[in-house]
Amino acid sequence: MVNKLVIENLKFRPVRTALSILAVGIEVTLMLTIVGLSYGMLADSQQRAKGVGADIIIRPPGSSVLSLTSAPLSEKYVAWVQRQPHVKMAVGSMNHPVSGLTTITGIDLDGFNRMSGGFRYIEGRPPMEPDEILVDRYYARQNNLRPNSKVNLLNREWRISGIIEEGRLARLVVPLKVLQQATSNTDRISQIYVTVDDPANTDAVIKDLKSKLEGFQIYSMPELLSLLSVDNVPGLRAFIYVIIGLSVVVGFLVVFLSMYTSVLERTREIGVLKALGATPGFVLSILFRETVLLAILGSLLGIVFSYGTRWLVMTFVPASLSQLIVPGWWPIATAIALAGALLGTAYPGWRAARQDAIEALAYE
Amino acid sequence: MSKPIVEVRNLRKVYRAGDVDVEALRGVNLTVQRGEFVCVVGPSGSGKSTLFHILGGLTPPTAGEVLIDGQDLSRMSDAERTALRRRMVGFVFQKYNLLPTLSAADNIAIARHIAGKDMAHDEKFREVLELLGISHRLHHKPRALSGGEQQRVAIARAIVNHPALLLADEPTGNLDSKNSAAVLSVLRDLNERMNQTVLMITHDPNVAAYGHRIVHMFDGRIVDS
Ligand SMILES: Nc1ncnc2c1ncn2[C@@H]1O[C@H](COP(=O)(O)OP(=O)(O)O)[C@@H](O)[C@H]1O
Ligand SMILES: [Mg+2]
Repeated sequence: MVNKLVIENLKFRPVRTALSILAVGIEVTLMLTIVGLSYGMLADSQQRAKGVGADIIIRPPGSSVLSLTSAPLSEKYVAWVQRQPHVKMAVGSMNHPVSGLTTITGIDLDGFNRMSGGFRYIEGRPPMEPDEILVDRYYARQNNLRPNSKVNLLNREWRISGIIEEGRLARLVVPLKVLQQATSNTDRISQIYVTVDDPANTDAVIKDLKSKLEGFQIYSMPELLSLLSVDNVPGLRAFIYVIIGLSVVVGFLVVFLSMYTSVLERTREIGVLKALGATPGFVLSILFRETVLLAILGSLLGIVFSYGTRWLVMTFVPASLSQLIVPGWWPIATAIALAGALLGTAYPGWRAARQDAIEALAYE
Repeated sequence: MSKPIVEVRNLRKVYRAGDVDVEALRGVNLTVQRGEFVCVVGPSGSGKSTLFHILGGLTPPTAGEVLIDGQDLSRMSDAERTALRRRMVGFVFQKYNLLPTLSAADNIAIARHIAGKDMAHDEKFREVLELLGISHRLHHKPRALSGGEQQRVAIARAIVNHPALLLADEPTGNLDSKNSAAVLSVLRDLNERMNQTVLMITHDPNVAAYGHRIVHMFDGRIVDS
């Protein structure tokens, strides 16, 4: 019976109900989108790292897991690593930032092909001239590029020689020598990818390398992947919390306002319920149930909307951003939205519960 | 004769409106027997509604004794008065005060629900609906009903829990003469056939004639009965 009253109340004011649900929906969309972006971009980095096919990664002292923006390592180390016991292959690569989060990667293409099995070419062919570059499918889609298109990067014009499948090494790839020259980093690299003769030897090789290369950061691939997490991106967790906090405030305010006006508007109805012997708890429970319903419907809408934002991201800016659907966060976002909404109902509900029945029923 | 359903002795009620005290009731004495139909008349502002609100447990008395079925209202807490409203009294207002979002049937059912009972199997109440002549209109929302129909639904809601006391505050104040007559005859039928105790406020001497007895109020007192 109470549920019927709750549903009828919501149906009776369709515009306000719809707006409240929409507001909660946007709140949840915001949360799921920011979480989905964080997870998506990290998953992307992981996939690209995995796509190299290396067992071990060696980085110079003082570098960070996520941002590789300089080339402080001498290329001579590659040959030295290659000579170590149980090392099957060592390939040097260099990263250089171009804009925002985008970097360009230089690698010895022959070595990389042997290590990873090579790029999968969607269109075109490997770079042969010093002004040719490979871009992945997402970058090509976002920037409308085809083989032979021109792009301007690092203050010079490049021609697309081929478009590769995403998820291997990097979005923008040129031969190592070309990038070293373009950035005046002759004989310098950012990191070394290593494969071992037998995966069982990985730990032993890492131990051996660590003892010889003091201060270097040497990771197995699983280790590196685990380091590519929300907690290892400086400020990312705080950023997520700020966005979630803001969206909760928005949801709280909208529900507060909606419930507040609803209580004012229903003064007489609440008075009638009280005259019928309804307790303050009964009145409160009606409002809270309405809120729970609004929050749950809004959350469902938000989940649907998050598929929409993912579509937008993956269609228009797949190279800059990547968004995952993270079902594990559905209940979390719903619970957060629900808590904000219930908080928004607390004050209006308190007013309704202690409202004087006689004043409410006064004839005027 | 059995114990009276209502016994009021020396009832006073003072409202605080801002900084001024309004003395709405200045020593009211009243006894109503079970099965009586009492009409309360008096000029506007004489305290009729206030008396009903106190009898119905909507507001506490300032001083004096108010016994409903032997229970003293002046000693009751808010929660106890809420329980009294649930069990013992039914209100009918001038403005019908139906919940606009619910159908007529659900307006009646919610009163039942609040009292902790369900709607099924109440033969006596089926009879009442027939008597009220609204059985066929019950699935409509209030806005689809005429004033007379709404007031009859409100009466049904007020008596669905078989209250000891039905308090009607100018129930025909908003109705034309035809609808007034219908509502009044319903109240009289309830009183005669079901022995329902009814207290009714009215301005209109013709309406007051429906009761067994008329109580006159003036300036917060009962002047003669
Ligand atoms: N809630 C209230 N607060 C302050 N004064 C009130 C309130 N209700 C009624 N009064 C005052 O008490 C007096 C009696 O009012 P009421 O009982 O409504 O009279 P009646 O129903 O006979 O017209 C009036 O002077 C009215 O202004
Ligand atoms: Mg009045």
